[in-house]
Amino acid sequence: MSGNNNPATAQPTLSLDTFLDGIWKENPVFIHLLGMCPVLAVSNSVINALSMGMATMFVLIMSNMVVSLVRHWVPGQIRIATFIVIIATFVTVAEYAMQAISLEVYQALGAYVPLIVVNCTILGRAESFASKNPLLPSLVDGVGVGIGFTFAIFMMGAVREVLGAGTFLEIPLFGPNFEPWVVMVLPGGGFFVLGALLLVVVWINERFKKENAV
Amino acid sequence: MSMFEKQGGQKYLDMELRTSPHYSRGVDVPQIMRNVVYALLPAAAMSVYTFGLSALALFLVTTVSAVLTEFILGRLSGHDNTVGDFSAVITGLLLGMTLPPGFPLWMAAAGGAISIAMGKFMFGGLGFNVFNPALLGRAFLQAAFPVAITTWDAPFAPGRFIEMINTSLALPFMTPPPHAATGATPLAALKFDGQVTPSLELLLGTVSGSAGETSALLLALGGLYLAARKMLDWRIPAAMLGTVVVLSGILHTVNPQYPSPVFMLFSGGLMLGAVFMATDMVTSPVTGRGVLMFGLLTGVLTVVIRIWGGLPEGVMYAIILGNAATPLINSHTQPRKYGTVKPVKQKKQQQGGA
Repeated sequence: MSGNNNPATAQPTLSLDTFLDGIWKENPVFIHLLGMCPVLAVSNSVINALSMGMATMFVLIMSNMVVSLVRHWVPGQIRIATFIVIIATFVTVAEYAMQAISLEVYQALGAYVPLIVVNCTILGRAESFASKNPLLPSLVDGVGVGIGFTFAIFMMGAVREVLGAGTFLEIPLFGPNFEPWVVMVLPGGGFFVLGALLLVVVWINERFKKENAV
Repeated sequence: MSMFEKQGGQKYLDMELRTSPHYSRGVDVPQIMRNVVYALLPAAAMSVYTFGLSALALFLVTTVSAVLTEFILGRLSGHDNTVGDFSAVITGLLLGMTLPPGFPLWMAAAGGAISIAMGKFMFGGLGFNVFNPALLGRAFLQAAFPVAITTWDAPFAPGRFIEMINTSLALPFMTPPPHAATGATPLAALKFDGQVTPSLELLLGTVSGSAGETSALLLALGGLYLAARKMLDWRIPAAMLGTVVVLSGILHTVNPQYPSPVFMLFSGGLMLGAVFMATDMVTSPVTGRGVLMFGLLTGVLTVVIRIWGGLPEGVMYAIILGNAATPLINSHTQPRKYGTVKPVKQKKQQQGGA
């Protein structure tokens, strides 16, 4: 946000903001409300949320780079189809990698790993940023938005696992007599937690806006 | 105004002169809300008599939790604080009245906070909420703690004024201990054991159930008081209760295995829900026809969930679904503006074009 004394501002398209915007000011989940399907569906535990965040970040960075590289050769009429093919390629890579690293997590995420293909965050960044910017800014944007997405889904997962199971990364926090809040690991809990987090985010943003105005 | 205040004093003629028209200011929000609290108090007192200290503690905890949340969030939001208008007191008290008397107090406190935070402030505060905040809080608690919220306490337990029910005092975030003396609500007894509770007990509220829902008579009296003071749209409870009576009457006539209309009317949370929750001004329709549709919808849903659903009681979900349908009902029952003609649908033209 305060990238004025940063030498990177010399290039108009690449600044610290390119990176930071994706994390907070244009957070894909909290501000754009994109990619809600994985955010609501697989944020029922921290490990699931982090795995989904990492996989999405990988696909986002790679597809941003490739889309940026081929942006001059793709005709406008078929750009969406091209983006989907590029994204699907990296989703396949991520899927096989996840199976190799941890079959357990892969099975826990189920259909939501292939569904990264239709995550609006990734397609949105390809369309609105990578297809109009050179390689380096696209890479930085991918990292920033990827971290923003992972941060958001991690927050969801942390609240839902702590309240819904009394654990954090499967480490018990409250002892054996903990009464789980069953709703938190059910689909409804996802909506409740998302709503509560949005309330907090809007409040923080309004507060900063007021402070800046004064 | 000053004329009345100083009538006894020396300045007898210190009055304000105003020309017509003289509008009545009407009743304001805090006045209505305060009267709703008054109307709830007899049933709440009866509940404390029936279930003892635990019910009293439950009402206090949910009310304090709701008011505190309202105060804190009101401060943070930076808008006019609505903590003084009694609406949070009603939300807290109503939530407490829908919970089992021995409900762990820490869960009740969480429910009060969630009612206000999720049911009200997330939508933008009083007047913007889609669902009745108290019912939303209860729906959350029902989904979060399904065991605790279906553990009912027997009425008139000995020593209820000396010690609390053991589950009430469970430590925060901890599982409540096994229940000392449980009871079955009339609806659960009917659904799972086929037992019918006598109607007089239902009417007076000397049965097991949620803390504030048992005394149908006192709840109905509270409703009549509010209706007489025009602080409640009597057509909503009339339509809802009427639908339940008619529908369950038909079912009972066709097959006497189904519960009688009298049982349906006075059991469970129907009276509490129909009189004090369905009539929430923010979440119920505003048009005359809409009000009737709303009552019909919630009444039918109540009977359907009670008789064919998996849960013994369906008033909560019926009203929440009715709340969800309210914007639709409002937009479809707008009256014709005076002096305008109802727009005719141009069907002929469309057919000709196609």
